[in-house]
Amino acid sequence: MTEASSDVPTRATAASAATASTTDRADGNGAQATSIVEAVDVHKRFGSLEVLKGVSLSVERGEVVVLIGPSGSGKTTFLRCINHFEKIDQGRISVNGRLIGYRVDAKGNLREERAAEIARQRAEIGFVFQHFNLYPNKTALENVCLGPRKVRKISRDEAEELGRRLLQRVGLEAKFDVHPAQLSGGQKQRVAIARALAMQPKLILFDEPTSALDPEMIGEVLAVMKSLAAEGMTMIVVSHEMGFAREVADRVVMMDDGVLVEEGPPRQIFDHPAHERTRAFLAKLL
Amino acid sequence: MLATTGLHFNTSFFWSHLTNPTTAFLQGLWTTVYLAIVSQTLATILGLFLALARRSKIAPLRAAVWLYTWIFRGTPLLVQLMMIYDGLAAVGLYRFSNITIAGLVVPGVVQAAVVTFTLNEAAYMSEIIRASLNAVDSGQLEAALSTGMTPMQAMRHVIVPQAVRFVIPPLGNDFNAMMKNTSLASVIGVSEMFLVSTEISSTTFNTFEIFAVAALYYLALTTVWGFVQSAIERRIDRRWGIVRPPRSSWLSSWGRRQVPSFGSGATIGGSIDPALEGLDPGRR
Repeated sequence: MTEASSDVPTRATAASAATASTTDRADGNGAQATSIVEAVDVHKRFGSLEVLKGVSLSVERGEVVVLIGPSGSGKTTFLRCINHFEKIDQGRISVNGRLIGYRVDAKGNLREERAAEIARQRAEIGFVFQHFNLYPNKTALENVCLGPRKVRKISRDEAEELGRRLLQRVGLEAKFDVHPAQLSGGQKQRVAIARALAMQPKLILFDEPTSALDPEMIGEVLAVMKSLAAEGMTMIVVSHEMGFAREVADRVVMMDDGVLVEEGPPRQIFDHPAHERTRAFLAKLL
Repeated sequence: MLATTGLHFNTSFFWSHLTNPTTAFLQGLWTTVYLAIVSQTLATILGLFLALARRSKIAPLRAAVWLYTWIFRGTPLLVQLMMIYDGLAAVGLYRFSNITIAGLVVPGVVQAAVVTFTLNEAAYMSEIIRASLNAVDSGQLEAALSTGMTPMQAMRHVIVPQAVRFVIPPLGNDFNAMMKNTSLASVIGVSEMFLVSTEISSTTFNTFEIFAVAALYYLALTTVWGFVQSAIERRIDRRWGIVRPPRSSWLSSWGRRQVPSFGSGATIGGSIDPALEGLDPGRR
């Protein structure tokens, strides 16, 4: 694994040099107060294919980070590692100062957490899927309420009040009792965002939230995401929407071939990319 | 006498038994119905647990369920019935005797029949439920997990309720078979519809007539179930927000099939399958 990561240009991540120092104290409790996600040297392989070759990233509270890069670059895999949908093979990720999916045992080795503990951690992390993954047998309101009711154990009335408020917030006050089958793609994704918000997460991960949408529906979803960003929600977004990234992101992170190529404010990445791979990727999009 | 040819069909016997069956026959019919319903219900519950055990992390448990399924699906129901009622008693393991539940006497043979049908059908139900759980999109599990549910909660609140939709059609098929298979219980002496018919046949010698009556009653049972099943399927579809045009039964579609169609409904209506229509109205 270390050989693989040595293929990676060492110049790649200026910022990761800073985060690398966190390795020493990444014992699960010592992350800085402002940083909500700390990923250090994350490796992930599927069989013989190494998808992540040592990715380090630190995200501040309230920050909007957009991950860009060609398909197959590992963006989505990295995002899925942050809430332990994928088990990482090396490195560590902590959210809110707690290791995700693992604990350090008495001998100092990493052990996978119990399912209940992983679930508790995931409850604090919203996830919005490319294909919405709404529950087809439930109405929009029920989709939003299920998590709070079963996980937070709040009453049905309380959950429905919360659900109505959140559906209103994403502009779906007319669709409380409608099933996903009767919603457009954009509406489905807004329900999915409301469902994520219902758990009152500290962080929301978006996995290509507009990639499965017809062009005319992308705007309504991005508008909701913009309003979330404006309210200070911490968001990590895998997206091909460069307009959104330019306008909303605090930081754009370019990934390619399992490594973080460069990162910086959108203006810098889009107008003055430092790396050839970034230039080549952006050129293809235009 | 042996050379006698020609049709001997006792029409009046047939009609009187069809329209005005004896008390014994009606009791037999009732036994057939409750044997089937009780066994299918218990088998569905047991089958769910077997299907979940089949997905367990504990390898010996998975192996045990596999073995169970292998045996009960691989041997004849009739053999199982004989082994469980007569066989267990013969080797001195267990003898089914009459018991009284809430004032009702349940004969030993009925207990043995219910146990056998349940154990046998559970093996099939576990496979049906296993396949149905697998048929639920994996994104559903991830969605549930992302809201902080444990895998168990996700299974209970998200996966199982959705799997029900896939379970119903094959379950309906099995229940149809179950109602007919209850006739096997006659070999251990359960007075269900087939055994009663046999008795009527041997006392009246109107063999064809009485079994024709029995056949029509079996047909009536399976037909009624067919309607119940489609009602359940429609109800579940409604709960998924899938609106089908009123499903025409074979009776009402009979006339329509004769009508030549001008142009293709598929191109005009936009969708060939009415079920698909409800699935994606946003794209029209």
